[in-house]
Amino acid sequence: MNKKKMLGIPYFIWAAMFILIPLFMVFYYGLTDKNGAFTLENIAAMALRGHARSLWRALYLSFAATLLCLALAYPLAMILNSMNIKKHSFIVLIFILPMWMNFLLRTLAWQTLLEKTGVINSLLGLLHLPPLRIINTPYAIMLGMVYNFLPFMVLPVYNSLEKIDRNIINAAKDLGANGWQVFVKVTLPLSLPGIISGVTMVFIPALTTFVISKLLGGSKILLIGNVVEEEFTQTSNWHLGSGLSMVLMVFILVNMVLSAIFDKKGEGSAL
Amino acid sequence: MIKDTAKKIYIILIIIFMYAPIATLVALSFNASKTRSKWGGFTFKWYRELMANEEILQALMNTLLIAFAASIIATIIGTAACISIMGLNRKSRAIILGITNIPMLNADIVTGISLMLLFISLGIKFGTGTILLSHITFCIPYVILSVMPRMQRLNPYIYEAALDLGAGPVYGFSKVVFPEILPGILSGFLMAFTMSLDDFIITHFTKGAGVDTLSTKIYTEVKKGIKPEMYALSTLIFITVLVLLFLVNKAPLDKKEQAK
Amino acid sequence: MKKILIDLKNISKSYDGQMVLDDLNLYIRENEFLTLLGPSGCGKTTTLRIMGGFEVPDRGRVLFDGREITSLPPNKRQLNTVFQKYALFPHMTIAENIAFGLKIKKKTKAYIEDKIQYALKLVNLEGYGGRMPDSLSGGQQQRIAIARAIVNEPKVLLLDEPLGALDLKLRQDMQYELIRLKNELGITFIYVTHDQEEALTMSDTIVVMNQGYIQQIGSPEKIYNEPENAFVADFIGDSNIISSLMVEDKLVEILGTRFPCVDTGFGRKQPVDAVIRPEDVRLLPEGEGRINGQVTHLIFKGVHYEMEVTAGGFEWLVHSTSMFPVGTKVAIDVDPFNIQIMNKPASLDEEAVGVNE
Repeated sequence: MNKKKMLGIPYFIWAAMFILIPLFMVFYYGLTDKNGAFTLENIAAMALRGHARSLWRALYLSFAATLLCLALAYPLAMILNSMNIKKHSFIVLIFILPMWMNFLLRTLAWQTLLEKTGVINSLLGLLHLPPLRIINTPYAIMLGMVYNFLPFMVLPVYNSLEKIDRNIINAAKDLGANGWQVFVKVTLPLSLPGIISGVTMVFIPALTTFVISKLLGGSKILLIGNVVEEEFTQTSNWHLGSGLSMVLMVFILVNMVLSAIFDKKGEGSAL
Repeated sequence: MIKDTAKKIYIILIIIFMYAPIATLVALSFNASKTRSKWGGFTFKWYRELMANEEILQALMNTLLIAFAASIIATIIGTAACISIMGLNRKSRAIILGITNIPMLNADIVTGISLMLLFISLGIKFGTGTILLSHITFCIPYVILSVMPRMQRLNPYIYEAALDLGAGPVYGFSKVVFPEILPGILSGFLMAFTMSLDDFIITHFTKGAGVDTLSTKIYTEVKKGIKPEMYALSTLIFITVLVLLFLVNKAPLDKKEQAK
Repeated sequence: MKKILIDLKNISKSYDGQMVLDDLNLYIRENEFLTLLGPSGCGKTTTLRIMGGFEVPDRGRVLFDGREITSLPPNKRQLNTVFQKYALFPHMTIAENIAFGLKIKKKTKAYIEDKIQYALKLVNLEGYGGRMPDSLSGGQQQRIAIARAIVNEPKVLLLDEPLGALDLKLRQDMQYELIRLKNELGITFIYVTHDQEEALTMSDTIVVMNQGYIQQIGSPEKIYNEPENAFVADFIGDSNIISSLMVEDKLVEILGTRFPCVDTGFGRKQPVDAVIRPEDVRLLPEGEGRINGQVTHLIFKGVHYEMEVTAGGFEWLVHSTSMFPVGTKVAIDVDPFNIQIMNKPASLDEEAVGVNE
């Protein structure tokens, strides 16, 4: 028994060293100034006009992207579930496969697709439709978010739908519920863990992204992720960067707590 | 009928959405024009030039080496951890699994900068080593998350049965427990490998000057314009994976059919 | 005779080219406790699901109270189902589960509350309304599933192996409970099971099914005592099924020895199967019966001894309250009315053909 426990020691040390201590470092830097004195200024800096604006922008873009992902993914997951595909792995594959093409390149490809004279506008032109002018706008960023994080919504929602016993749906019908009532009263509440987990997995990376905004926003539209990134890689003001990250972590924490409340059994975990 | 058609159209639209950028990249890899936005005719030129582009090939080597090393080490540490976690009481188990969840739920940017700050304060020189340490860190949770459910589903008596029949602990584990959790270990490894390969953000914060993975190389090229060789390379990678997956999925199917 | 409530006419159903039901005809009378009995894959669950509206037959019609309901969706049917493994809504309390159908029907709050209390009392689970399903034992969940169905006052209750997941003792208790409920509610029960004992205990009528065909329909006594073919005889309890020759009316030659019997109409010198229940085989001292033999196995079963006796080259299964040790030389006799004569199946196909043609 004791030997068994020893096997975990490398990981316990690793987790302390590379998960916990680094997090404390962020707190430490965030709460001190260059001279090592305690300060709340780095955190308060979030209220500065530029920072507050990029935080707000990131919040509403990621919120909208999350809703959009849910709106696209839920019907999709329902359709996939209704198709009774025996090969569960096939569905996972379709959405995992794009990940093997580099994430930056995939996002960059949207530039080509969205450009003024890009593929989509050429197609629209052929159909005599007005061109789409969203490249280098917040809409392009939102599209990039939806594109990149959609799989993280589809998979957990699909998983939670797939887990619902067919007989539970049948029981609801048997007791007189029509299609809509079955959905509202049974399917939707039972898939809630998947939704919550999907929302978490889309919202957090969308909120904190700096790559998508840089690639599709024409580097004019700064999100809070861009601000933090620049503090670390260009300005080298780690204290300010850490302070701002701590504010971001509050949102992450709220999200984690919410998902813990709604998903007690961990049913919705996608992976 | 109409409903079924609508369903199919919806799925096809989503798949187009998911794969349009990939198709674009594949097309660009055959584009004779050097600019992204113009089609200059079909060519294999970039594939030839890729073979001569040492910078890209070096970045590819780095990426693959780091992904292999990180996922193998993470698989070993993670699997060992799972065995040990099973023996812990409820409370310690919850704490450990909670900590394991941090890198998965936390934003990559925060994980990246936290590791960056750690390496700075420890005075570790940024380079391949720091990237590797970081990748192992975010890979382990994927391993634990896919091995743990297998462990929990495992009938605890089969190990005891093996001991009862005279097997030693190591023999009992390798002959009885290990085959049962192997699918979990393999999928954990694959997941870790994929995540490591596709990672940009954490690598971005923990790499040193002069060391590049494919992701960071692409990122630095964004400003100057992506070299078309990069499209060629990613097309090759994608097609390789596609073929591999096809073979892997096909193989067990054939066996089943033969069994019939 | 009570009126016919459900009438299945010429029902056929296949999945992926596999025939599950072939031209099945069956009617169910009001207030009947009818059991569909058969091994797994015999089509009994499919029959039930067709009645519940979860499957649409490929061919044939389903009539309910004289009205065609073949393709009516389940939510519009006046019957309710108790599912295998209960299928309670895991995200609702027990009370919410029971109230589900009533809320859909927009009943008043007071009515629903009354019904919940009534139903909980009926299944002996008063005070459980606020609990969640997963905090209840299997037997309790089962009773809630029944409560949830009956508050809707269905004319028919369909039960799909509802006791399958329970242990033996609980299963027996629940059998009595179900009989009590049926008598109290006065509604029709259609019950699916593969457990012959369950079927014999509870049913007014048993429908024995195999390979998509009905093998026999009858009261439990009739099914047990007068199985119409070897499948039924074999499936319902243990039997000695012996290849025999019908010499003439009321006389059969079993293992070379002539036995008087009560069956007529099988012709002269016809090969038949004789079915003899193990408890109907009388063991006598050697020489005092019709065939001499020897006891080869003996097991004590509590209420009786189970013995195997080799006599006339056949291994007879015998249940008896008197004990004969292994090796005892005995003689076998069977009373005429305890011999059941069946036609021999001409082929495998015929073995499966329904008897109510």
